[in-house]
Amino acid sequence: MTTATTPIRVLIGKVGLDGHDRGVKLVARALRDSGVEVIYTGLHQTPEQVVNIAIQEDVNAIGLSIHSGAHTSLFPRVLELLKTHHAEDIAVFGGGIIPSDDVGPLMETGVRALFPPGTSMSRIVEFVKGLPR
Amino acid sequence: MKIAHDSPVVHQKGSAEARPASHHPQDRKTPCTSLSGLPIADRYTQEDLKDWDPERDLGLPGDFPYTRGIHPTMYRSRLWTMRQFAGFGTAHDTNARFKYLLGQGQTGLSVAFDMPTLMGLDSDDPQALGEVGYCGVAVSSLEDMATLFDGIPLDRVSVSMTINGPAAVIFAMYLTLAERQGIPLNRLNGTLQNDILKEYIAQKEWLFPPAPHMRLITDTIGYCSEHVPKWHPISISGYHIREAGSTAVQELAFTLYDGLTYVEAAVQAGLPIDAFAPQLSFFFNSHNDFFEEIAKFRAARRLWAQEMKDRYHPNNPRSLQLRCHAQTAGCSLMAQQPMNNVVRTTLQALAAVLGGTQSLHTNSMDETLSLPTQEAVTLALRTQQIIAHESGVTNTVDPLAGSYFIEHLTNRMEEGAREYFRKLDAMGGMLAAIERGFPQREILEASQHYQEEIDRKERIIVGVNEYVESEQYAIPTLRIGKEVEQYQRERLRSFRAKRDPKKVTEALHEIQWFAQSGENLLPHLMHAVKAKATLGEMCGALKGVFGTYREPVVL
Repeated sequence: MTTATTPIRVLIGKVGLDGHDRGVKLVARALRDSGVEVIYTGLHQTPEQVVNIAIQEDVNAIGLSIHSGAHTSLFPRVLELLKTHHAEDIAVFGGGIIPSDDVGPLMETGVRALFPPGTSMSRIVEFVKGLPR
Repeated sequence: MKIAHDSPVVHQKGSAEARPASHHPQDRKTPCTSLSGLPIADRYTQEDLKDWDPERDLGLPGDFPYTRGIHPTMYRSRLWTMRQFAGFGTAHDTNARFKYLLGQGQTGLSVAFDMPTLMGLDSDDPQALGEVGYCGVAVSSLEDMATLFDGIPLDRVSVSMTINGPAAVIFAMYLTLAERQGIPLNRLNGTLQNDILKEYIAQKEWLFPPAPHMRLITDTIGYCSEHVPKWHPISISGYHIREAGSTAVQELAFTLYDGLTYVEAAVQAGLPIDAFAPQLSFFFNSHNDFFEEIAKFRAARRLWAQEMKDRYHPNNPRSLQLRCHAQTAGCSLMAQQPMNNVVRTTLQALAAVLGGTQSLHTNSMDETLSLPTQEAVTLALRTQQIIAHESGVTNTVDPLAGSYFIEHLTNRMEEGAREYFRKLDAMGGMLAAIERGFPQREILEASQHYQEEIDRKERIIVGVNEYVESEQYAIPTLRIGKEVEQYQRERLRSFRAKRDPKKVTEALHEIQWFAQSGENLLPHLMHAVKAKATLGEMCGALKGVFGTYREPVVL
């Protein structure tokens, strides 16, 4: 049981094969510096690995960075696995190279927020801190 | 902060490069530092060039130390090669884009491979799911390679291939295709990126640990030196280092130091310096800070020439010359008001031209959203053609030479790079520095500093943190259909069905045998390509001998 005073825990990760980790590291650092507990997965994770770590670490949210165009496959797969594990309460958000046409459909499948290039770190921190615990 | 899995956290502190305080402009809030944090004075005079000797430090174009360019007449004799990086979907799709670009006046080809190919995986590998044909073109077999270049005479077009981890395998496919087209290998002209050090530092796409990768690179350099003399077996790349967030000085320093690391490895493998150094090439980013970028290109040539001369005393002057490709900065493109990207790219391209590049890719305005549409890539190519034919900047060589500011900045770039050289030497070289996470951490610190400047509005990015418009501009983007993956799977299945499995197994065993023996692997990789082994099978066989690599996570 968590209370509002417990720090929020977030898994930040890279799924799929792409190695673009500049953005994800900046987000991980910004969240850490604002008092969020961050678990960083490193590169080249599969959706299965991400969901397993998220459950083991009992996180409130999963933030994924995808620059390879595979977002239309990888976000739905993560959401589906969370459902299978009865862990739908873990919020999923993300960023990277995601065409605006894909944002709506991904939000409909249950992604909570998608941050485009150029988003300020404070906006992402604000979003994470506002997540229900 | 916690790092998942067993990756060791690197605790080493960033070498807090003293970031000079900015001057205090009276009237504007803009920082008077370059994009790399170098302080910029309000004016430059001969006082700023006191120790500068034009005869020693500048010379004439085409003469040592090549600050002014590697050719005496540069673009007056021959324009740079206009080479747009392209690749998406199937080999058929990309072949059509190549032919379109050549028809529009492009003068060289540059292949973008998809993520599974870059990681040495076949299109039907479970890890490839959802990524086939998205970031580039899928090439799993000789058949894919043949389709990619169908109707394109390989002896008449220079081809650059952006591939690193599996570079030797992809190159073996290309060479085999050339043989099949009846083209002698000594007539092939092009470039293989094949730069693994910057993968560990920045782009993060490797297959094996560093030592076997270094061996595959010296194998490729050795093979080209003997059989493919017009080919550039490596393109030592700062582009990705910069995209990962480095400063211009870091890009220059790490790239040239990587270059010296490859040269030393080849010399240690027994190659005479003049047998391979003329074939080396470089690849730089051209970012927003106009003069700093020009200075970076000039400093790169001077530094390389001096280092090569002092360390290896080559007889062939071409061994001293730094040849390079440049690409405008992908990371400078913004999703907000995307048409502004055309203007950013124009300025960056002009800097690369004034910096004396040998070839150039201009980014398309939509590349922060997806791979470029045909319309967007045409506009990007036209940008180069307008600079080349309309602006007049090609009429004389190195027009900025002798400018107090440019020469001062060129000196500062070189000094900054040499300072990093000393640190890297003290750590025992680049491989040791990478294991300690040193370049990775320096880049991360620089990228965070840059992001904070933007978040605090100390640096203005038009349309992002200033001059923001609430209305969203929609521009067309390229869609890659899911059917590409299905098509590739089918194609691979029928390719495998038509081959002799015994020959494939034997060829893969041969690769493993010679991977252990230390003999040059290229002829054996080509043999496996002819036996119709796929990319994933050959890389898998090599992993069986070489092992895999997990990076030290730096956060």
